[in-house]
Amino acid sequence: MKEEENVYVNKHGKRIDNRGIDEIREIKITIGVIPEASGSAYLEWGQNKIYAAVYGPNEFVPKHSSDPLRAQVKFNYRMASFSVPDRKNPKPGRREIEISKVLGEALERTIFLERFPGTQIEVETHIVDSNAGSRVAALTAASVALADAGIPMRSLISACGVGKAGGHLIVDLNKHEEDAPDAVDIPLAVMANSNEVVLLQMDGLISKEEFNEVMQKGLTACQQVYEKQKAVLKEKFLDAEKEVPSKEDLSEEKNDLNGNSKPEAPEAMDSMQGGDLL
Amino acid sequence: MSEILWELQTDRIVSDLKAGKRLDNRGLNDYRKIEISHDVSENADGCARVKLGKTDVIAGVKFVPGEPYPDMPDEGSISVGVELLALASPDFESGPPRENSIELSRVVDRGVRESKSIDFKKLCIKEGELVWIGFVDLYVLNYDGNLFDACSIAAVAALKKARFPKLDGKKIVKGEYSSEIKLSKIPIMTTFYKVGSSIVMDANLVEEKASNARLSISCSDDKTMCAMQKGGNGSFTPEEVSKCVELALEKSKELRKLL
Repeated sequence: MKEEENVYVNKHGKRIDNRGIDEIREIKITIGVIPEASGSAYLEWGQNKIYAAVYGPNEFVPKHSSDPLRAQVKFNYRMASFSVPDRKNPKPGRREIEISKVLGEALERTIFLERFPGTQIEVETHIVDSNAGSRVAALTAASVALADAGIPMRSLISACGVGKAGGHLIVDLNKHEEDAPDAVDIPLAVMANSNEVVLLQMDGLISKEEFNEVMQKGLTACQQVYEKQKAVLKEKFLDAEKEVPSKEDLSEEKNDLNGNSKPEAPEAMDSMQGGDLL
Repeated sequence: MSEILWELQTDRIVSDLKAGKRLDNRGLNDYRKIEISHDVSENADGCARVKLGKTDVIAGVKFVPGEPYPDMPDEGSISVGVELLALASPDFESGPPRENSIELSRVVDRGVRESKSIDFKKLCIKEGELVWIGFVDLYVLNYDGNLFDACSIAAVAALKKARFPKLDGKKIVKGEYSSEIKLSKIPIMTTFYKVGSSIVMDANLVEEKASNARLSISCSDDKTMCAMQKGGNGSFTPEEVSKCVELALEKSKELRKLL
């Protein structure tokens, strides 16, 4: 490694890509990019580019594995073969399987699963370009796609990576920073309106004090991501309100933090009884 | 046990825990009895058996000479795999690894790898040509909860005893060993299970089934963490995470003495 490359934060407090230590890369979200899906989103987060689509709730397959009391989330985190510097084997690897599992579990916390017993909600995310932080980007996109699909949720899930490089605690590491000799990488996701942690992973050496400090940075960063998600959903659904009167689209999101409200026959149930299930 | 019975048990466990009581009368942060032995397999280059209460895991290490990765010509590597044997639990089925065992393997692997307790450069035999790849394979013999900690202890205990086979050129001389592997640190994983609003360490099977979230924290020494993994479809508040971090560092000191 060359010496000059090992400066992760220069004397002006700027990182290699000219960001400040608490600055996240630019995020762009587009909703409804996949017409076939119940809901979808396309997200660019720095160089990361991700498509997310939601299908369902549909009858669970195979039927014998369905949960008679609630819906189950089937999350798929997949990377295109060309999304990384060296070609990736298109077959899903162990890394993708593990990430799919934890991201799916993160979403299950926020969805009102008990409203759709015996069903599956498929969440597909496909990474087409990547540069560190693709799992948090995928989860952020998936959360928007779920909202687009009208799946009732306790909160949007907002995610961001935090960590350490060259002795500095920083937010939203890029690939260069993630490869630092002392790098610590902490993918983090919260339910944005309660700050409950639904995704937390870490690798790298870090003290308790540093961890607590960087977690605070992470919670702040997740709120910034939340603002972007909210803005793009508002833009779409406030417009939709003009076209189709009397939809209470986003009201779910603000409701019941505690998750103990009585569901008032959600629309998706009606449509299922009429079509999907029979 | 059938699903419904689990749901019924859950209510009981949650209300007991609220009063600070566990089914087996342990404190919330107490571990079950931990027994570590090493007479598992004479063919292994290092092995260990860990009993954590009734949870029973064996680990064996095999070193295989192989080619280094092109971007790290002077480093060997390790690979951790956990198999949930069908004989260990009615919940386990035989067949290729499913997501549960993949996650478990990868989390145990990260706990060891990220602690930097193994200097991968010392696994180099000839730069650019030959390195040792250490396969740490674990088999669960009986599943009574908290496989994360049991497997992690077993992996480290086996590695600690591991010896490099003697080499003749590129071939292993069977039954002869050259030197021991040196671990510079003893990484310890502690896993927290959230059951209702309570958090317990070393959950047994019923507690684990009743829990909806889990947080594993690996500590490389008394003051430093090296890996983390949250699992399950529940959540932890930031305050709970912070508390777990504190407890993990504290508990790891205690557990490290066993190894």
